[in-house]
Amino acid sequence: MLPGEVHALMGANGAGKSTLVKILTGAIKATSGRVLIRGTERNIASPAHGRRAGLVPVYQEPSLIPDLDVLQNLRLTQTPVEPFRQWVKELGIPDLSLGELARDVPLAVQRVLDLARALAVEPDVLILDEMTAALPANLAERVMDVVKRQGETGRSVIFISHRFVEIAAICNRATVLRDGETVGVVDIAPGVEEKIVELMLGSKIERKRVSVATNAVSRSAGATPRVRVSNLRVGTKLQDVSFELHDGEVAGVVALEGQGQDELFAALAGSIRPAGGTIEVDGQPVSFTHPRDAIDKGLAYVPGDRSEALLMHRSVRENIALPFSAPFRRWGPINMGRERDTVLEAIRRLQVDTRAQGEVQRLSGGNQQKVTIARWIAADARTLLCFDPTRGIDVGTKQQIYQLMRELAAAGKSVLFYTSELAEIQQACDRVIVIFGGRVVDVLPVEIADEAALTRAAYGLPREEAAMPGTPVPPAASGLEAST
Amino acid sequence: MIAFVRRNSWVIGLFVLFAALLVFTKIIQPSYGASDFGSLVRAVLPYAFAVAAQAIVVIAGGIDLSVASMMAVTSVTAAVLMNGASEEFALVVIPLVLLLGFCLGAVNGILIVVTRVPDIVVTLAMLFVFQGLALLILASPGGGAALWLKAMMVGTIAIPGVPDWITVWIPNALVILIVAVALVWTPLKRSRLGLSIYAIGSNELAAFRSGVPVARTKILAYALAGLFAAMGGITLTMSTGIGAPIPGPYLLASVAAVVLGGVVLGGGRGGLIGPIVAVVVLRLLRADLTLLSVDPNATAIIEGTIMVVVVMLGAFLAMRAASK
Repeated sequence: MLPGEVHALMGANGAGKSTLVKILTGAIKATSGRVLIRGTERNIASPAHGRRAGLVPVYQEPSLIPDLDVLQNLRLTQTPVEPFRQWVKELGIPDLSLGELARDVPLAVQRVLDLARALAVEPDVLILDEMTAALPANLAERVMDVVKRQGETGRSVIFISHRFVEIAAICNRATVLRDGETVGVVDIAPGVEEKIVELMLGSKIERKRVSVATNAVSRSAGATPRVRVSNLRVGTKLQDVSFELHDGEVAGVVALEGQGQDELFAALAGSIRPAGGTIEVDGQPVSFTHPRDAIDKGLAYVPGDRSEALLMHRSVRENIALPFSAPFRRWGPINMGRERDTVLEAIRRLQVDTRAQGEVQRLSGGNQQKVTIARWIAADARTLLCFDPTRGIDVGTKQQIYQLMRELAAAGKSVLFYTSELAEIQQACDRVIVIFGGRVVDVLPVEIADEAALTRAAYGLPREEAAMPGTPVPPAASGLEAST
Repeated sequence: MIAFVRRNSWVIGLFVLFAALLVFTKIIQPSYGASDFGSLVRAVLPYAFAVAAQAIVVIAGGIDLSVASMMAVTSVTAAVLMNGASEEFALVVIPLVLLLGFCLGAVNGILIVVTRVPDIVVTLAMLFVFQGLALLILASPGGGAALWLKAMMVGTIAIPGVPDWITVWIPNALVILIVAVALVWTPLKRSRLGLSIYAIGSNELAAFRSGVPVARTKILAYALAGLFAAMGGITLTMSTGIGAPIPGPYLLASVAAVVLGGVVLGGGRGGLIGPIVAVVVLRLLRADLTLLSVDPNATAIIEGTIMVVVVMLGAFLAMRAASK
């Protein structure tokens, strides 16, 4: 990084951006390698060290302590108050009271305060991790302005963002990471997006058509969809989503982090209630108040984070039996014989390694994930809502999970499959729903859903083919009927 | 077999500790015999029920500070109802008081679920409420108990065909404890409710997402704690013949024994056997220290030290086992 440079750090989810930031700021230690600041090697052992070395981060999540007021928060980090006040004004918030509790400050403003706090100590290198993601347009603009001027005054900024528009507007150069390695440094110039997407994906850019597992979905025209979601709005992130999920298909969902996909799955699983729109199951409108309601309709949620699904200290048997044994609508003892048969069948089907079945926490990540799926196989759920189910598990198990999803679809069940690894889409899905900014921006048939196309779509860029005459881009959220 | 040992290693360890302590007792007091053992069990009985009550709630991921006060309420209620009444009337009183305990516990649970006030706050408040309630029912120790109930507490059981030298070591109080706990715990462990209690204690989010009715399960866990507290209250009245409105030292003892008994504060792990054995160990230890005429204040320090050391050792052994 040069002095006075605004440098973008780019890469797909999991490429290592946040890890790099944490190393630079001393939150975690590097295994190897060196950090040089103005030519001298610095060992950044803790966040306090990092600050003293002039590296000041603004993290993705607000970092003000919610139960302290703004002034106390400043004292906590020994931030000079007057410059802070100046920066807050500069950033477009004229009427901030320093006596206000941080928790009472709106989220967007908290982000701005984080930034002002970082700017007030006049950092050599300012590190912004997805700073603009949670900001409304007017505040984001101010932030960009300030960041640009930082560069002009000879200070440097590392800017992490998923938005090409912002990067094009303020950055000088971009470093692209893939799988934890630097794969390229590019100068920002018009038309560089293609190059960056290419770098993020690596050599896989040639549009090779992976042989699709099976795409023979027998959907008779006019059949009632298994699940129909119309104009669904959940929380603040999911704006307006509509799609259908049919029996016998695996529908992929692709989105960058935080585009509302978490909320979509939580609403379908009955953990949170939507703010608007409707969910229909088998043609009947439903309103879930408890996951039990969703499970009764055959909708089962498989989270990527196993610790959210498993009873880590309990046995494999108990974990698998939980959904179908635990609801005591019928009182009385569990039918142990029937339970054992069902559990064993599910274990066999998923080839769970049961050598350490006494406590689930002793299983490997892959086997844990199999247990979370096995429980729904045992409970005979008709629709699986798999939210990044292959996160952090080995390649072999991943293959088994794709295979299983295909088998389930072949048996007439349906799967909604969100994944952060785009390469997985073509191995398992029949079609792909792309969400950006809380809306469905495209639905791609699997044949054209290679990584490049998906990446473009996920960043909200239009389809390449769409440029050809005669095939206009379907506008957000409305072109879905055409593809179902 | 090996799996059984591994799964119950903590409880087995406690039994070994208990046996070692018995041997130690016999050494420091050669006259220690069956009747001493009998009085130990009688003294332990209310503690054991308090511990069972606490253990269920802790397994479900909560804590109940009102255990001792619930015991006081149920104890005085039983004593007042039986005072001057016929011997047969006690047969009605017992189930009534058990029901009362169940309801008191359910009130705890409902308050926690409905108000969303933390369990520790709710049960602390209810500690005071129940304390006052007990004094309203009976202002000073008094009341009575059916003779046959009092008789049940003393003596040993006669099992036909088993020689006397064995049965003298089986006091009636032990039989009451085992039967009462087994009657509630055995069916519970195999029921949906039992699985749900472990589930919400282990990971409430996961349980919720798996369709477990979290609120209902929590209320029932507290209600079962109330039921065990009522058993404790009844045994108090049975062994003294009167009702005691001032809560005894059962609350802290129950938490200590739960921790020592292998139930992790935070929930999801352990059972009832471990904590009950643990409380017996703690009481026997106290008796031994008294026998050795250790200063009572030093006794408390030793008890506290042992608790921390045992739990630390247990965690250390578990870590070693896991890393192998």
